[in-house]
Amino acid sequence: MNERELRGLIDRVKLGRMSRRGFVRRMAAVGLTAPLAAQLLAYSGVAMAQSKSTYKPTKRGGGGQLKVLWWQGATLLNPHFAVGTKDQDGSRLFYEPLAAWDPDGNLKPKLAAEIPSRENGGLAADGKSVTWKLKQGVTWHDGKPFTADDVVFNWEYAKDPATAAYTIASYKDVTVEKVDQYTVTVKFQKPTPFWADAFIGARGMLIPKHLFADYIGAKSRDAPTNLKPVGTGPYMFKDFKPGDLVTGVINPNYHQANKPYFDSVEMKGGGDAVSAARAVLQTGEFDFAWNMQVEDEILTRLEKGGKGRVAITPGGNIEFLLFNQTDPWTEVDGERSSLKTKHPTLSDPEVRKAIALLVDNKSIQDHIYGRTGPATRNYLYGPERFASKANPIEFNIDKANDILEKAGWKKGSDGIRAKDGKKLKFVYQTSINQPRQKTQAIIKQAAQKAGIDIELKSVTASVFFSSDVANPDTYTKFYTDLEMYTTTMGQPDPGTHCLQFASWEAASKDNKWQGRNITRWQSPEADKLLRDAEVELDPVKRAAIFIKLNDLAIQNHIVMGIVQRPTVSAKSLQLNADISGWDNNTSDLSDWFKDA
Amino acid sequence: MIPSLLGISVVLFALLALAPGDPFDELATNPAVPPEVRAALRAKFGLDDPIWMRYWHWLAALLQGDWGFSFVSRMDVSTLIMQRLPVTLIVIGASQFLAIAIALPVGVLAATRPYSLFDQIANTVAFIGFSLPTFFTGLVLILIFSIQLDWLPFVYRADINATGWAFYWEHIKQSIMPVTVLGLFQGAALVRFVRSSVLDVIRLDYVTTARSKGIGERKVITRHVVRTALIPVVTLVALQMPIVFSGAIVTEQIFRVPGIGSLLITSMLSNDTPVVMGVTFVSACLVVIFNLIADILYGWLDPRIAYR
Amino acid sequence: MAGSTPASLTADAPAETSAARKARRFSPWQEAWRRFRRHKMALVSAFALLVIVFAVLAGPFIWPVPINEIDFTAKLQGPSVSHPMGTDDLGQDLLARLIYGGRISLAVGVAAMVVAIFVGVLIGAIAGMASGAVDAALMWVTDLFLSLPQLPLLLLVIYLFREPVKGVLGIEGGAFVLIVAVIGGTRWMPAARLVRAQFLSIREKEFVEAARALGASRLRLVLMHILPNAMGPVIVVATIDIAAAIIAESTLSFLGLGFPSDVPTWGSVLRDAKDYLDIAPHWALFPGALIFITVLAINFIGDGLRDALDPRRVL
Repeated sequence: MNERELRGLIDRVKLGRMSRRGFVRRMAAVGLTAPLAAQLLAYSGVAMAQSKSTYKPTKRGGGGQLKVLWWQGATLLNPHFAVGTKDQDGSRLFYEPLAAWDPDGNLKPKLAAEIPSRENGGLAADGKSVTWKLKQGVTWHDGKPFTADDVVFNWEYAKDPATAAYTIASYKDVTVEKVDQYTVTVKFQKPTPFWADAFIGARGMLIPKHLFADYIGAKSRDAPTNLKPVGTGPYMFKDFKPGDLVTGVINPNYHQANKPYFDSVEMKGGGDAVSAARAVLQTGEFDFAWNMQVEDEILTRLEKGGKGRVAITPGGNIEFLLFNQTDPWTEVDGERSSLKTKHPTLSDPEVRKAIALLVDNKSIQDHIYGRTGPATRNYLYGPERFASKANPIEFNIDKANDILEKAGWKKGSDGIRAKDGKKLKFVYQTSINQPRQKTQAIIKQAAQKAGIDIELKSVTASVFFSSDVANPDTYTKFYTDLEMYTTTMGQPDPGTHCLQFASWEAASKDNKWQGRNITRWQSPEADKLLRDAEVELDPVKRAAIFIKLNDLAIQNHIVMGIVQRPTVSAKSLQLNADISGWDNNTSDLSDWFKDA
Repeated sequence: MIPSLLGISVVLFALLALAPGDPFDELATNPAVPPEVRAALRAKFGLDDPIWMRYWHWLAALLQGDWGFSFVSRMDVSTLIMQRLPVTLIVIGASQFLAIAIALPVGVLAATRPYSLFDQIANTVAFIGFSLPTFFTGLVLILIFSIQLDWLPFVYRADINATGWAFYWEHIKQSIMPVTVLGLFQGAALVRFVRSSVLDVIRLDYVTTARSKGIGERKVITRHVVRTALIPVVTLVALQMPIVFSGAIVTEQIFRVPGIGSLLITSMLSNDTPVVMGVTFVSACLVVIFNLIADILYGWLDPRIAYR
Repeated sequence: MAGSTPASLTADAPAETSAARKARRFSPWQEAWRRFRRHKMALVSAFALLVIVFAVLAGPFIWPVPINEIDFTAKLQGPSVSHPMGTDDLGQDLLARLIYGGRISLAVGVAAMVVAIFVGVLIGAIAGMASGAVDAALMWVTDLFLSLPQLPLLLLVIYLFREPVKGVLGIEGGAFVLIVAVIGGTRWMPAARLVRAQFLSIREKEFVEAARALGASRLRLVLMHILPNAMGPVIVVATIDIAAAIIAESTLSFLGLGFPSDVPTWGSVLRDAKDYLDIAPHWALFPGALIFITVLAINFIGDGLRDALDPRRVL
């Protein structure tokens, strides 16, 4: 899909010939996130849709206790220090951002009075500032009013490197000014088409100035409020045991009428995903469980318990396979997989093409992930029916054999193909996780039939995903031929996500393997696209660039998608809870309720 | 004892410092967090200092009663441990107590009537107890008592909003399965030990002598046999006692018991070294103390033992 | 039956007259075998264990189904003619996997037990005989090993040794050596403390005094007089260790230390099966039963051996 086609689609939405939702889906198919698609529309003058409210209760409270299960419990409750989603989800019980992402990628106001747009004057024409109107009459849990000063303070707090806030990236390159008591302006250094980052969603939760003002910078760790949150959210803090329990009670002064529905909330941590699913789906001990990384086969059986159902929300996470472009078995200047080397066999595009044909995405979906992992070949992906025709899923052992045969890889007496004395033997690593090991087994078996020998290696997740410079088993070192993991699209904008393909980002000893290009692919063509995207201000053109980049990487078999990893949760049958793939699980907690 | 503990603490500290992993890993893999933040954090928590210096800081702080500060939760290690301690003591302590209370008499009885029906049953149960892993027995109990029969909850909740008898009843109900699983596992080994050492002693000459003197069988068993046979049992119990503090990782995980075992494993997985160091050092102290107690008990059980 | 209560009722065979016994002379080993034979459970167990060992060694020839043949059309099937123990969720044949896994599990269990018991008995015996500074030092080492947190230790071992050992011994050989070393190296402490405690008590007993007075060397004293009497608890530890090692092996695989994930072992098959316990109980039943039967058999053999080798037993 090129720029012209993109514009054509946007026009169809403008004229009402295509639904917003249809457009968002179409964009997802070519690898753009829903929030980015919504931004494209907003930029082209199609106002953001109002999130529809399905909230039914007509009075505050009365819903009893809401019991939710996170099999990894929250370990801290200051949203600026929240590392994983578990911590953000826990903080979200008490803290709120100005606006949250809804499942369709639209912004939903929380502490903002309205979403900025061209029409209401919130967005500057030059794209260099956004003005937010704050909701009036909101109070913190301790009764102090919420004002523009609090918003400005959060920016000062997070951007200070000495505070060491994990949210720093959203704040360090902007300036925030107070216009009046209930208005703030966020200013960008250069025109920024994607403005919806600071104060929004998971990294936008706001903490009160009056309790944190003395703990900015190096003293940040000593703030007593780090452990006893005081926010504006639907529930007020009651108790916190890291890794085990977060409890809250209803906020009687919550700023939205008739909300929240539940009188108290209990977020229990620990255990494993399967038993969490049991507690919701089979026994009904709990109302909601997070992140059901469980084989669909089991989930389906558990759903027969009749107490709950599985909810699947699309997001941007993808399980994918990486082909090492460098030689992991030769050490050069103290590092393996050095840029100075070339992979002895995988550098042959025909070999990569053959391996791609040996990945049975369909069976992996059907027999392992089921509903929780729709098959895809894209790196940036979307729902199947809109999937880019450019990257179809093809599994064909005969064809793979053919390709290898033609390329001169002949089977030896051991059944393994070789050429010039180099055998097609690969080591394939991933983290330890049941579905991953099964995926490995499926790929290994197909490869065997094509004369490729694969040795499976699995590394415990805490090592695999670590940044330990001394450890050879981390995913960024990539000291094997193939590897597989899930990459999370932390931000709706694919900018950082696509640095995977930038030659200057190649992970190496020099950058302590912090580079984002894990395969070490060196492609002038990809580099040019990325450079173009950096300076491109027109979001439509920029979107077209990313679409092209995705196709380039997939068709060259540098990476390949295996399955999508949508957000999967378990809900009791009575619970109404909207989960957004672009924001925290608990982002809409104020609107959760149970059918009577 | 102090120098021995100091030595252990040095080794523990070095092990944790050398083991792979970095507490701020997740930052490195998060594209949104620039490297400066990680550098600032490492500096703030003193991770860039050489190991001996970090050890010195740790020891100096410990002597002032400061157990350190968790990287991950950003709170005092002592607070974290104290939050988990009561549940651990209750649940693991109860299972340990049950294991001893049941295994001792069962083992003695089984040994006095070897290969009787009672002995066979006791042995079979014991074999099941230690040949099946707790992750498996725990799951079987959950499937039977929570899912099929719906009698017992399988998610342990430290925070129960009930008062009076209901409060205690809820606590007992949710403790039954974890206590059973652990008790079975620990008791199983104990039964075998008691049985074996009583069998060893029961055929020694002095027992026969006692019998031939016309002392009643019951008295022979309790006075003469069990006392000597207790030496290996005391050894084993002393070895098991520290887990009353350090918790049982697998069982806690299955039933979501917020004990120290689950704190330890999550801290290990997130490389939260101060917490791991705190917990392992306390259990190291307990190991040393209980083994010392065992040594003292040997002398009491068999007065001829002298530590020359 | 002077001076002894039989440990075994089944062994309580019709007493031969002492005259008859004197007439027939047996070597000590023949004597032991004769006693062992009378121990029915031990005999049955020895037979069962032999069958299992034979099956895992010769099984691949009798049941030549590949261990990793994926067949989605046959997944999670119960026992049938084509799959006597059913299949797992990838449709792989469980009988073939358990036969293959049995070799690893049995080898790991026995080897790790031998390492743990050897180290434990050695350290315990030295500490128990030496007393004083040597005893204190060895017990310090024991306490230290009891205190070491397992997970960081394992990760450190993987990090330091996995690649070099794999380089020397190959993938499965390397995994085997590492696993045995790790399990043996972290499980010898109970044996050491038990043996030491037994030594402390036994070395003061009259018969040891007597042997000492007769001028027996220290080594002879230990090997001939003290150790045999200290073995009761050691045999129990040994049998428990075999079970524990079979289970621990699967935990280690789970941490990435063990065999590659596509190599089945009894422990790892049981672990994989646990989430499917209510859907496909056969999957967990067979590995669980195999571990149980093995442990049971080894325990009864242990009991039988003890009765057979007990120097005080006079039949």
